[in-house]
Amino acid sequence: MKTLTDNWSTYWDGFLGTLLLFAVSAVMSLVLGVLIASFRVSPVKPLRVFGTAWVTLLRNTPLTLLFFIVVLGLPRFNITLPFYTFAVLALGCYTSAFVCEAMRSGVNTVPVGQGEAARSLGMTFGQTMGLVVLPQAYRSVVAPIGSVMIALAKNSAIAGSFSVTELLGTYRTINELGYSIIWTFVWIAVGYLIITLAISAVFNLLERRLAVSR
Amino acid sequence: MTTDPDPGPGQAGPTPGGTSGFTPLIEMRGVNKHFGDLHVLQDIELTVGRGEVVVVIGPSGSGKSTLCRAINRLEPIEAGTILIDGEPLPAEGKGLARLRAEVGMVFQSFNLFAHKTVLQNVSLAQIKVRGRPKAEADAKSRTLLDRVGLASQADKYPAQLSGGQQQRVAIARALAMDPKALLFDEPTSALDPEMINEVLDVMRRLAHEGMTMVVVTHEMGFARASANRVVFMADGRIVEDRAPEDFFSAPESERARDFLSKILKH
Repeated sequence: MKTLTDNWSTYWDGFLGTLLLFAVSAVMSLVLGVLIASFRVSPVKPLRVFGTAWVTLLRNTPLTLLFFIVVLGLPRFNITLPFYTFAVLALGCYTSAFVCEAMRSGVNTVPVGQGEAARSLGMTFGQTMGLVVLPQAYRSVVAPIGSVMIALAKNSAIAGSFSVTELLGTYRTINELGYSIIWTFVWIAVGYLIITLAISAVFNLLERRLAVSR
Repeated sequence: MTTDPDPGPGQAGPTPGGTSGFTPLIEMRGVNKHFGDLHVLQDIELTVGRGEVVVVIGPSGSGKSTLCRAINRLEPIEAGTILIDGEPLPAEGKGLARLRAEVGMVFQSFNLFAHKTVLQNVSLAQIKVRGRPKAEADAKSRTLLDRVGLASQADKYPAQLSGGQQQRVAIARALAMDPKALLFDEPTSALDPEMINEVLDVMRRLAHEGMTMVVVTHEMGFARASANRVVFMADGRIVEDRAPEDFFSAPESERARDFLSKILKH
């Protein structure tokens, strides 16, 4: 307990850092993921190709590699941003590929007749997706998206190695002060549990909410 | 094989000797389509006049559903042209959406939006496609639901209704767009026998009121009573296109005689 109380402010900063990193990347990945999923089921071929390429590339490369590319690669093209922004970009893009695939599987659970009915009423592709297909797809993707979000919260630890203040990275500071390494990590684990269990709870709630109106 | 429709009374000629002037609303010219190796639509020529009720019948796999779905391009065609009210059907995008809004469609499996109430189902496209204010759209929806006898079900979800009720909502939803024509793709085939009539009643009334309708169905009673023309399809071709009395009493082709003997026996 002494490890925690003595280093409260370090832990707290790290905790908030992880939370913020998660929140911003989560929003980005959800927006991007839904957009790319729409690309992948759209009638326009170039959009489908782009969507498939996006998912294939991001889902099949290590996240750490992506961090290196963003942090070391982008400055070569004179794009210099704060490390924090780089981290959000890397996490958001990477996770969007997984969100996209979860969304797409959800879209596939909606009977094709729903989309056909919407189109036959004169709705555009955007309206068909936004008003009819996606709202029904959300129901079946709540659970998988929840898993993706939990993975995102944990993946944000990688940002610690790229000069971003976050929870896992606090072990270096605390360890240098001579505190027990075991207890340092136990308290870090508790911090992550608080975040991930909160995410689970939110998604459980969502699942129950969306289920009733059926 | 293909008996071209010889323009009898009320037939597909540009100037039939009737009292009502014949103006074509749906025209299919040389329409062809394949599903893989299957030539599902072969050189389809079909004209549906304004206010006409055309019933399409034929054995399963004859292409009648595909023909119906091609009219609003739910099935893209490979060759030929389709005109709606003189306008060629655009490929994709906004133009196609605009034209689809003019042609209502009723499906075999109803396809009501499962996450919307009955009222929302009927109002949604009025608001989003026609741009009507919500209050006006809802008022129109309630009037239409009343017409199909479902005013009291407005706040229920589709899953809470019987098949027949769902199909009547689907008809109201199509009518809410003030379409120039309605397409029915086997509207009663998924219904329990005792529910077929409540749907056919609505369709008969629409036919009587002068709605232009293309109906793919196995309901021969409806074809006899309400159709202006019966189109008989087999193997992707239109084999006969005649007035219902002529078709049912004296089918010209062997295929039609064979088909009718099978379905009219019981």
